[in-house]
Amino acid sequence: MSLLKLNALYQTVILEHAQAPHHQGELLGVQKTTLNNPTCGDVITVQLVVDADKINQLQFMGTGCTISQASASVMTDVLLGHSVPEAQALIAEFSKLVMGEPISAASQKELGDAAVLGSVAEFPTRIRCAMLAWHAAAQGLEEASKHE
Amino acid sequence: MAITEFRADFPILKTKINDEPLIYLDNAATTQKPQAVIDAISAYYTADNANVHRGVYTLAARATAQYEAVRDQVAAFIHAPQRESIVFTRSTTDSLNLVAQTYGEQVVQAGDEIVVTAMEHHSNLVPWQQLALRKQAKLSVIQLQPDGQLDLASARQLISDKTVLVAVAHSSNVLGVTNPIKVLAQVAHQHGAIIVVDGAQTVAHQPVDVQALDADFYAFSGHKIYGPTGVGVLYGKLSLLQTLTPAQFGGEMISDVTWERTEFAPIPQRFEAGTPNISGVIGLGAALTYLQQIGFAAIQAQEQALTEALLNGLLAQSAVTVYGPQSVAQHGPVVAFNVAGIHPHDLATGLDLGGVEVRAGHHCAQPLMQLLQVPATVRASVAFYNTTTEIDHFLTTLQAVKEFFQR
Ligand SMILES: Cc1ncc(COP(=O)(O)O)c(C=O)c1O
Repeated sequence: MSLLKLNALYQTVILEHAQAPHHQGELLGVQKTTLNNPTCGDVITVQLVVDADKINQLQFMGTGCTISQASASVMTDVLLGHSVPEAQALIAEFSKLVMGEPISAASQKELGDAAVLGSVAEFPTRIRCAMLAWHAAAQGLEEASKHE
Repeated sequence: MAITEFRADFPILKTKINDEPLIYLDNAATTQKPQAVIDAISAYYTADNANVHRGVYTLAARATAQYEAVRDQVAAFIHAPQRESIVFTRSTTDSLNLVAQTYGEQVVQAGDEIVVTAMEHHSNLVPWQQLALRKQAKLSVIQLQPDGQLDLASARQLISDKTVLVAVAHSSNVLGVTNPIKVLAQVAHQHGAIIVVDGAQTVAHQPVDVQALDADFYAFSGHKIYGPTGVGVLYGKLSLLQTLTPAQFGGEMISDVTWERTEFAPIPQRFEAGTPNISGVIGLGAALTYLQQIGFAAIQAQEQALTEALLNGLLAQSAVTVYGPQSVAQHGPVVAFNVAGIHPHDLATGLDLGGVEVRAGHHCAQPLMQLLQVPATVRASVAFYNTTTEIDHFLTTLQAVKEFFQR
């Protein structure tokens, strides 16, 4: 087997995020949104704090495969500091990206390291892994806006 | 004929996956189909298609005869004492639900106990759990020994005069063990309980004799025994089937209907409401005929050799944990494992890129995963058409994937 194929999915950036994820750990006293991937049993919990219409705290907990861990890590990097509508738009763009749909160059840039996960589109069975943390964040944002 | 020659009967095994020859090691999920099965289904639709048990015309009689002949074949295959004990269903899951919705509904009462084992597939757990919730019955779980074999002491302790039903897998789809059904049946019967056996992972790998086991109900799926999807079997002791009111009503299962009342058809038609999966049943018949041509002696010898290569190969690799017994004497053709520090999904994707198809996940046994203290495992499962060359290729690919992630 050629390892080139493995390199196409598991690019260095992804491996690095999975090995040392950003913003991992519990935020004490903050509401949790937990989602699981029923096909593999992976569980991800996302916690976020919206203050003055900006996401100023965002962390995740849970274990999972390289793709889901890396994706959770880049998700926190990308969404932190954005307003709720901006974050929702970015989640929608990321979703398109991993489904293999075209997105604008501006969105690519905004997504930063997350854009690398576009390679998941060629591995349809792994799209769920990539989306798990982003779905949890979307749900958390919805709950946060309800409380305002 | 050497066992390896039968491999040529499976057209899909010539497929390439990600530019590599397909190495199919997810046989516990579903087996591939020999040409004989594909042809039987095609021939039925080409020349014999009609609804069964209805028309008086020749074509309908031909379809009915073929469909009913498979009932005799299945009865002989699992050594049922009579053809009436064989009910065609959609799957193992459907068969087990049928028992829960008939026997379970009609017999289980508040305060009764239902006993399952810690290794059950969701399809032999959730129907009983939900029944227990509906009936306010208690669900207890037979524990496992450290090596994954069923703990018979735990079984003897849990099965009591309060027990009405014991539901157990004949073979585990994760741990590779085969359970001592005969002993469990004896214990259950001593306490006046019945035993429901999930044979999904057994019937393709060893001869089954439902009378010798003294199983009250025995369920399996066509698609795990080289037949098509969408067809399953429920064997039931005649004396039990006779006491049951069906849970599904409609065509085929009646003998006389007025506005006020219905007389049900005799057993087993009574439990087969509506047009059945005729082509599926015929395909299952072709699969059983095919298996009998090879014979279980040859199948078991080959699968044991493959399992030995697989199990020992995995145990010889660093950082690998194999679940269930560590010796081929107790370990059947299903081997679940993990590699320290690498998620099962990542391993499975890596193997897939090398053309090796294995399962990664909880294998529909989440409570068992909890017991093993893992979120998921990788699972490789063999069938007689696999080769030791394929096992070698799997092992070297696994080594390469490990090195990729461990660098
Ligand atoms: C032990 C066991 N029981 C039950 C089932 C369910 O079979 P089916 O999905 O064909 O109903 C399976 C297979 O998935 C199994 O391995």
